[in-house]
Amino acid sequence: MARLIVMGGGVSGHTAATFAKKWLGSEHEVVVVTPNSQWNWIPSNIWVGVGQMTKEDVVFPLAPVYEKAGIDYRQAKAVSIHPEGKADSDKPYITIEYTGQGKAGQTEEITYDYLINATGPKLNFDATPGLGDGNGQLGEHTVSVCTADHAMHANLELKQIFEKAKTQKQKILVGTGHGMCTCQGAAFEYIFNIEHEAKKAGVRDNLEIKWISNESFLGDFGMGGLHMKVGGYVVSSKLFAESLFAERDVPWLIGAHVNKVEAGKVHYELLDGTTGEEEFDFAMLIPPFAGVGLKAYDKAGEDITGKLFAPNGFMKVDADYSGKPYEEWKASDWPRTYQNPDYKNIFAAGIAFAPPHLISKPMTSVNGTPINPTPPRTGMPAGIIGKAVAHSVCDLIKEGENAHLHEASMAEMGAACVASAGKGVFDGTAAAMTVYPVVPDFEKYPGTGRDTDYTFGEIGLAGHWIKHILHHMFIYKAKLNPGWTLIPE
Amino acid sequence: MKQEEVNFAKSDAFNLTMIPSAFARKLRTCVIFQLFRFLVINIKMLVVVSKSH
Repeated sequence: MARLIVMGGGVSGHTAATFAKKWLGSEHEVVVVTPNSQWNWIPSNIWVGVGQMTKEDVVFPLAPVYEKAGIDYRQAKAVSIHPEGKADSDKPYITIEYTGQGKAGQTEEITYDYLINATGPKLNFDATPGLGDGNGQLGEHTVSVCTADHAMHANLELKQIFEKAKTQKQKILVGTGHGMCTCQGAAFEYIFNIEHEAKKAGVRDNLEIKWISNESFLGDFGMGGLHMKVGGYVVSSKLFAESLFAERDVPWLIGAHVNKVEAGKVHYELLDGTTGEEEFDFAMLIPPFAGVGLKAYDKAGEDITGKLFAPNGFMKVDADYSGKPYEEWKASDWPRTYQNPDYKNIFAAGIAFAPPHLISKPMTSVNGTPINPTPPRTGMPAGIIGKAVAHSVCDLIKEGENAHLHEASMAEMGAACVASAGKGVFDGTAAAMTVYPVVPDFEKYPGTGRDTDYTFGEIGLAGHWIKHILHHMFIYKAKLNPGWTLIPE
Repeated sequence: MKQEEVNFAKSDAFNLTMIPSAFARKLRTCVIFQLFRFLVINIKMLVVVSKSH
């Protein structure tokens, strides 16, 4: 019997663990280590943040699902990886620290034959003074929609702003809280859902709503933007993003590195080197992501964290990390199998793998401050990568170490994305988009880097319906209800 | 002034982009038109999903 440990129970980890258990059956063991007791459909958190959904609508308990699937569930955080075992044993193992199941604070060693790191990101609030509380958590000056609890808190704060806006002007600031953030899409959805709800509440005229982000142009989204065929033209997402902001009367401040947050005020530096301040009554700023801080040790107990992980804490896989200049970037730099180059029984999936470089063109302010979106690896790509990695591990277990590894390069896969711009069965809208491939391939598609036959976007009620259906469909799938494998990632 | 043209005057940045007309905005929430777009978008997404697995 072989044992696979999956660290992380988010989109990628949950997908990997559930498919691996289905394919391996009872002959082999699948262990999931995640500090969370609940699974969260994160894309719907923005609706919790405007009071259109409750926390219970976007989460469900993991334990019964894993019990049904026959997966050994440990509510714990992974602390360290020991890929060579220890002095008296060659068996690789990880150490975990329980966060629940009546064993909070207890530590344990679990040996493995294969390991999938799908730990997702650490929400690095403390990267920006004042954005965090100094202990790694969200600070007191701004709100977040990164977790369901954060989104609930955001909604409570927002409701107070709406109440005040009935009699006085209020200012709302939404965007990114650091120059190296990703996940602009969540902030994009949140700002337009706030705008939509403000209109419904009759307080829009008293609200100044402003966007601040590290993108060098609106519509970059960490993917260098995208080009779409519309009305006989091939046009940049910049034009469509700017159009939506102008239509909804939301001014923007872009190329901004937020370097300090105080009560009611952010300080920022722009790409042209100028600095400034922006006041607010309510602000939702996405934090930058980092690895979760896993450590790694060799057989002698020496620290080999730098061997397994990139400096940002994400795990090294089969990507080109040579650090070559932007002009030499290629689609083939991106990983295909997500196997660690030094330890062949370790894989990383979803946000946990270290990207070889940015997707957007790197930008630095005239003062030398890097200000650019980092690559998104959430949603559909995270699910597809998790499934491919699980497939590889299952084949390695069943067929031996020479088994073919499954591939899921972000430079060869597309992604469908639906960004809500307001919730409502008949008055809601969302931008429905597809990109193919996620990482542009300028050798295969000179010009835009993508296949414009499969890259499109449009905004409308249909997009909202699709986002709402996806909410129910993916929660149904994650609960492993009948037919779950038929729903694509 | 037409309602959709009001925002052009609010800033230079707004002035240099495009803003949908009242007709285009109406289509965005026109149930019959959006039912048709729902089918089209789903087909397009399924094609991209199938190419990515």
